[in-house]
Amino acid sequence: MLFVEDSSEIIKVENLTKFFGDFAAVKEVSFEVERGEIFGILGPNGAGKTTLIKMLSTLLKPTSGKALVAGYDVVKEPQNVRKSIGIVFQEPTLDVELTARENLDFHGRIYGMDGKKRRERISEVLELVGLSDKADILVKKFSGGMQRRLEIARGFMHFPKVLFLDEPTLGLDVQTRRNIWEYIEKLRRDEDVTIILTTHYIEEAENLCDRVAIIDLGRIIALDTVERLREGIGKDSIEVVVENGSVFENLLKSQNLKVVKTADGLMISASDGEKLIPRLFSLAQKHRIEIHSVSLKKSSLEDVFVLLTGRKIREESAAMHPMMRIKRMRK
Amino acid sequence: MVEAYGVYILWLRDLKRYVRARSRIIGSLGMPLFFLAFLGMGFRRAQIPSLPGDISYIDFLAPGVVSMVVLFTSTFSGVSIVWDRQFGFLREIMVSPISRTTIALGRTLGGATTAIIQGFLMLAVSYIIGFRPDPIGMVYSFVFMVLIAISFTGLGVAISTLMEDIHGFQLVINFFVFPIFFLSGALFPVKEFPEFIRFFTYFNPLTYGVDGMRWSLIHYSEFNPFIDFLAIGIFSIFVIIISTILFDRTEVG
Repeated sequence: MLFVEDSSEIIKVENLTKFFGDFAAVKEVSFEVERGEIFGILGPNGAGKTTLIKMLSTLLKPTSGKALVAGYDVVKEPQNVRKSIGIVFQEPTLDVELTARENLDFHGRIYGMDGKKRRERISEVLELVGLSDKADILVKKFSGGMQRRLEIARGFMHFPKVLFLDEPTLGLDVQTRRNIWEYIEKLRRDEDVTIILTTHYIEEAENLCDRVAIIDLGRIIALDTVERLREGIGKDSIEVVVENGSVFENLLKSQNLKVVKTADGLMISASDGEKLIPRLFSLAQKHRIEIHSVSLKKSSLEDVFVLLTGRKIREESAAMHPMMRIKRMRK
Repeated sequence: MVEAYGVYILWLRDLKRYVRARSRIIGSLGMPLFFLAFLGMGFRRAQIPSLPGDISYIDFLAPGVVSMVVLFTSTFSGVSIVWDRQFGFLREIMVSPISRTTIALGRTLGGATTAIIQGFLMLAVSYIIGFRPDPIGMVYSFVFMVLIAISFTGLGVAISTLMEDIHGFQLVINFFVFPIFFLSGALFPVKEFPEFIRFFTYFNPLTYGVDGMRWSLIHYSEFNPFIDFLAIGIFSIFVIIISTILFDRTEVG
């Protein structure tokens, strides 16, 4: 078949870079997203996820590199890109002085949908996110979760080819988060749309995404399906806290084990964790190193991140990049 | 590039929000009402030298206070784009396919419309207080209100592009809108100013707006009404061009 390659990628990014002054928020990022998939961008706060999304949605101009969204260049044809995409931002962007229906009606109009189609579509999307009975209530009376659902409904209302969700469940409680995940999955089933979502919640990436790009300090450090990313480091992950970390670390490395030093201790990835634990003890005993604690769990994308960077994803949130903090304050 | 439906929908949104904010509609008429009532009572027997004896102070003041309402409401609406930016809604508009020029024009016309409605409400209130304008002159006053409203909504939009956040709002009101108001001849004829201050009033577009309003409503003016019309008219066109250019350049990160 001749055109398969062309039609399967809806987003194509090549060496995309964004500088804020001297600070590179996104550095030479390249990837492709296939039509119909849920593509996750996972990384700590300040990793460059939002900057990346803003470049793909034409809100920020890249410093260098190239990006095609739905076949259009984000720099040369921003108007066409905007027609093809929907976005749900991290921060709320609803008009709280209007009702849910009016917000959607406004949206339909600025995307040029005609009256009949608009009315049909409004009831359709409200139904999909379970807000049909709240259509004529002012948005300022909505809870956080309801507002987010309405934003998602609005994001895909105009039949975008690509829907960007920037931290769709940020700041929501666990139950509401699961609720939103269900709606996103339903959306993928019912609508012909490709979804790109950024998140710093491991569970979100693992539960929702077909493929995940792990991003840190503006670079993609791993990209694959969730299963393959996990398999790559071994199915188990062991955390050990010992007295003399660096000595033990070198010792383990000499045994050809995947080890990385974390803030708490050492993390070891293995395909057979249960059998490795006794080995760790005998090794420690032989070299008179005292083990304080050992824990074994199934490896997650968090461990992939730790193994690649030596840091945890969540810990980063407190120690955001100083440049990013300044930038956020200005807005 | 301007999309008419885009202008219309932004205008419609402004009107919907205006109609719903009843407390703001009434609240913002409070200060001008007290200006009119108390200044009118306090100075009712005062004779202003440059004012012909047959014009009562309340008749002189009312067109000025109506202009004041239009000035404040329109500047406020223009600058309120900063609120949209703060509360995120501006982003929803900025990622949509409609052009920046459309957005700036839609906001300007929406804000101007609400300012004109406020102006007519104030006119009605002043009627209750005892102001009796020429009914036919109200048609002319409508033209001047439109020009004042567009000028200062546009100016508000232009200022909003230079503001980082809503904290600058008070600054704009106190150091920009109030001087424009006091230097416009809304409260007393600009002829009463000392020479060097009067000089500034000639560069104040509102001076011509107020004078045009006064000519329309009570048939008294300091300048030729045609000059009033030209001055505020040219200024409004100039402001629209400047504000769309400035708005076109803004980035919403």
